[in-house]
Amino acid sequence: MPDLLIELFSEEIPARMQARAAEDLKKRMTDGLVEAGLTYAGAHALSTPRRLTLAVEGMLAESPTLREERKGPKVGAPDKAIEGFLRGAGVAREDLEERETPKGPVYFATIEKPGRPAAQIVAEVLEDVIRNFPWPKSMRWGAGSLRWVRPLHSILCLISDESGATVVDLEIEGIKAGDSTEGHRFMAPGRFAVSGFDDYQAKLKRSSVVLDPAERAEAIWQDATNQAFANGLEVVEDKGLLAEVAGLVEWPVVLMGQIDDQFLELPPEVLQTSMKEHQKFFSVKNPKTGRIERFITVANRETADNGATILAGNQKVLSARLADAKFFWENDLRVATEGMETWTEALSNVTFHNKLGSQSDRIARIAALAREIAPVVGADADLAEQAAKVAKADLSSEMVYEFPELQGLMGRYYAEAAGLPQDVANACEAHYSPLGPSDDVPTEPVSVAVALADKLDTLTGFWAIDEKPTGSKDPFALRRAALGVIRLVLENDVRMRLDRHFDTQLVRNEVASNGDLKKEHAEDLVREIADHGVFGAAFEAAKERLGDVPGGSFSSLEKKVPDTSVDLLAFFHDRLKVFLRDQGIRHDVIDACVAMPGNDDLTLLVKRARALEAFLKTEDGENLLQGFKRANNILTQAEEKDGVEYSYGADAKFAEDTTETALFEALETSQGAISSAIEAEDFAAAMGGMAALRAPIDAFFEAVQVNSDNQVVRRNRLNLLSQIRQVCGQVADLTRVEG
Amino acid sequence: MTQNSAAPRSFQEIILRLQSYWASKGCAILQPYDMEVGAGTFHPATTLRALGSNAWAAAYVQPSRRPTDGRYGENPNRLQHYYQYQVLIKPSPPDLQDLYLGSLEAIGIDMDLHDIRFVEDDWESPTLGAWGLGWEVWCDGMEVSQFTYFQQVGGHDCKPVSGELTYGLERLAMYVLGIDHVMDMPFNDPQAPIALKYGDVFKQTEEEYARWNFDVANTEVLLRHFEEAEAECAAILAQEHQDPKTGKRIIMAHPAYDQCIKASHIFNLLDARGVISVTERQAYIGRVRTLAKQCADAFVLTEAGGHAA
Repeated sequence: MPDLLIELFSEEIPARMQARAAEDLKKRMTDGLVEAGLTYAGAHALSTPRRLTLAVEGMLAESPTLREERKGPKVGAPDKAIEGFLRGAGVAREDLEERETPKGPVYFATIEKPGRPAAQIVAEVLEDVIRNFPWPKSMRWGAGSLRWVRPLHSILCLISDESGATVVDLEIEGIKAGDSTEGHRFMAPGRFAVSGFDDYQAKLKRSSVVLDPAERAEAIWQDATNQAFANGLEVVEDKGLLAEVAGLVEWPVVLMGQIDDQFLELPPEVLQTSMKEHQKFFSVKNPKTGRIERFITVANRETADNGATILAGNQKVLSARLADAKFFWENDLRVATEGMETWTEALSNVTFHNKLGSQSDRIARIAALAREIAPVVGADADLAEQAAKVAKADLSSEMVYEFPELQGLMGRYYAEAAGLPQDVANACEAHYSPLGPSDDVPTEPVSVAVALADKLDTLTGFWAIDEKPTGSKDPFALRRAALGVIRLVLENDVRMRLDRHFDTQLVRNEVASNGDLKKEHAEDLVREIADHGVFGAAFEAAKERLGDVPGGSFSSLEKKVPDTSVDLLAFFHDRLKVFLRDQGIRHDVIDACVAMPGNDDLTLLVKRARALEAFLKTEDGENLLQGFKRANNILTQAEEKDGVEYSYGADAKFAEDTTETALFEALETSQGAISSAIEAEDFAAAMGGMAALRAPIDAFFEAVQVNSDNQVVRRNRLNLLSQIRQVCGQVADLTRVEG
Repeated sequence: MTQNSAAPRSFQEIILRLQSYWASKGCAILQPYDMEVGAGTFHPATTLRALGSNAWAAAYVQPSRRPTDGRYGENPNRLQHYYQYQVLIKPSPPDLQDLYLGSLEAIGIDMDLHDIRFVEDDWESPTLGAWGLGWEVWCDGMEVSQFTYFQQVGGHDCKPVSGELTYGLERLAMYVLGIDHVMDMPFNDPQAPIALKYGDVFKQTEEEYARWNFDVANTEVLLRHFEEAEAECAAILAQEHQDPKTGKRIIMAHPAYDQCIKASHIFNLLDARGVISVTERQAYIGRVRTLAKQCADAFVLTEAGGHAA
């Protein structure tokens, strides 16, 4: 069966787009072929900076003939109906077949779609793929209207089998498909023809092009690590950079160079970032000292002087870059040792968000919140406040202006240089964490306090101005911030009532977004929230003391803050569900626990959920759940029917059956144990206590009819069921558990 | 290659070689535009001529000013006044990459010894409402040029597309001549009876302008000039297309565009004086972009802009 080879040869494709584009070419091409009936045995796509290549093996030589049968009108139907049918089916009257059916004789048409040669199909599909290619960004060039990532120069499209190779007849905007391509731009200029994939790949290699990006990456990594090893050094691994560099060259040549001594005292992260971002160099470090001493650059060619000129040029460029970095570092250190005030003052001129004020406004809010959170996480309040005040100072530094990705890290260096306490310096770096789901969570109390305050302020701020994430849009990374809070709380076992902090911080953000609101009034309210713990009471108290605050701004808080706070907590519960689902906890289990009081204490909430999840996996748990549901169903139906709530007054003296008496006793016995376990937040033990009820409940339902004719007995039994509901509902709302 | 293949010896020789190279490739060698601009792209020979359907091929040196980059002539490669070499060909020819590489050879870069790379770098000018896709061209890891296929200018789709090449002349020349500090670079032939270095020509002016740009320029006057340029631009474009005196259809796209250039440069000066806050910055850029768009709208109604009479 024939093979297909396609190469789309263009000017340099951005490195970051190549892998995806090769996959898109493969998927769209093979999908199109299969849809047209051309199945195949295998396909793989490859790329270099100048070409996308697809090789399809074992493709059908033509698409199979398709037959379709269509039922028409009855024999003897009006001519108009028959003609319409003939037109639709595309057949002649004499081709119709009469067949007996239970409703009498009916016309049938057999439509035959003949197979088509592969070349025709390939040409159509490829043209469609090229014209509709999903580049992240595409362009026009010259006077044409075709779009490609950069100007497309040639198309190679060849179908080959034992008898030879044929060029597919295809022309797009003046580019006619052929059987030839070009080698390396500088080392092997000129076109050559190929006869199939193997020939193509071999000739490319002879023309200094390594077609497979994985092979290029592998060669670069091997050579780089060997050269480093020979000097007793090691290359700092960077998979992203390796993939990018492999996408910048067709013929990789690895060169190792020196970093001038005067730059070796720069922080290693600065060296690494500068070399990577500007020059796409790998860092080479001395494993003994951890210092970065050399660099690896990857050229796209061999030269007569073995790369000496290229390396010298690269070294010179690097020195100029690092001279800049050193200049920034030294200037920054001077500001840092003077106390960083220049930076913190500069942040008042930097807008954080036009409705939420400047960076310094925001920092003041974070510092206030960090102070409030500090005791909860075991941090010193003064240190937490101090850390929050300087944690973002490095945003004004020259180094971070140049390399934004070094924010936080530079903050730590500069705070250390300023002689600030180590806890404070560490918080400068750690307070951004965790950034992603795999990022480490800070554990030092001061860092935890600032990290929580930072994220909670961001969330309450954007909630206050109604800029919440919608669908796939989350421009302010609020989902990430909420997940960060969740992980900070859970992994540090923090016991914190989020609700209160939401209220406090919402009030502070309202000051920023609502110009009419007086800051002193807001701070008064914040103090009341701290005293009362509940917004409503705090608001009443503040209003009473402040008297009639003129304007509606203050009273607008009465409704807005609690509503927004509730909405934000619901968002947290959603994020928590996603987070726990990945850890194997069912969403209904979480719902059952969210329904309990104190659900803004995430650690408590998750404790419940884990205990419930584990309990439901046991046989006792499964059966108890069934018993509970049975009790609850009977009770709910009776309550609906009778229009009353059976909630107290069950008395063992009305028990008729021994199982009934036994259930009374069991409830009595377990009640105490369960209550004290709940008191101690030992939910596993509480559920263990409930498990003891399983046998008596089962036996009771086995032996007794709840809806007895004797109304006294019936009422007593319903009240007994209500006790089961009450006892079993202390860890979670089991009515929300599915199954 | 008919070019002189020996290594160039001075800054001006590199410029002269680029001029003769692009002349030999059929470009009209234009002179710098006689206004203060931030980059060669601002020259109407690029900004306006990239619009409309008429073919175009031009190359020129453009003195460019970036007040915030002033370093009193002390930084080895940062200047508030420097030269760009600019080539614009419309429609972009299919062999533009090869033509470009030929220009590097013409100034003495030996393709067999150096590593030339085309690294993704999309170009966008918020003040001109323009963008394009292309690369920065690296020679041994150093950016020597910007290579762009214009897609939009002044909010108009470029049809056909122009290919634009921009060379930062000082940096490129320092690299070719092996000079570490721009002020040490030979401006004319080092063997000339009166040999001049770049510093002999520009060290003092860098100092003078840095002082003026950063600390002395009268911001009130500049702010007023900005407003005036903006108003004048609008006033010019508001005129009837038909000139009442000659009876001809004369749309004054270029005079209006001069005001746009002026506003843009004044904005750069205000920025260097540090009187523009982050939020205001966006607003000013938006105002200049509005002018650029209006000028582009006007230009495409002119004959040079492809308007059929």
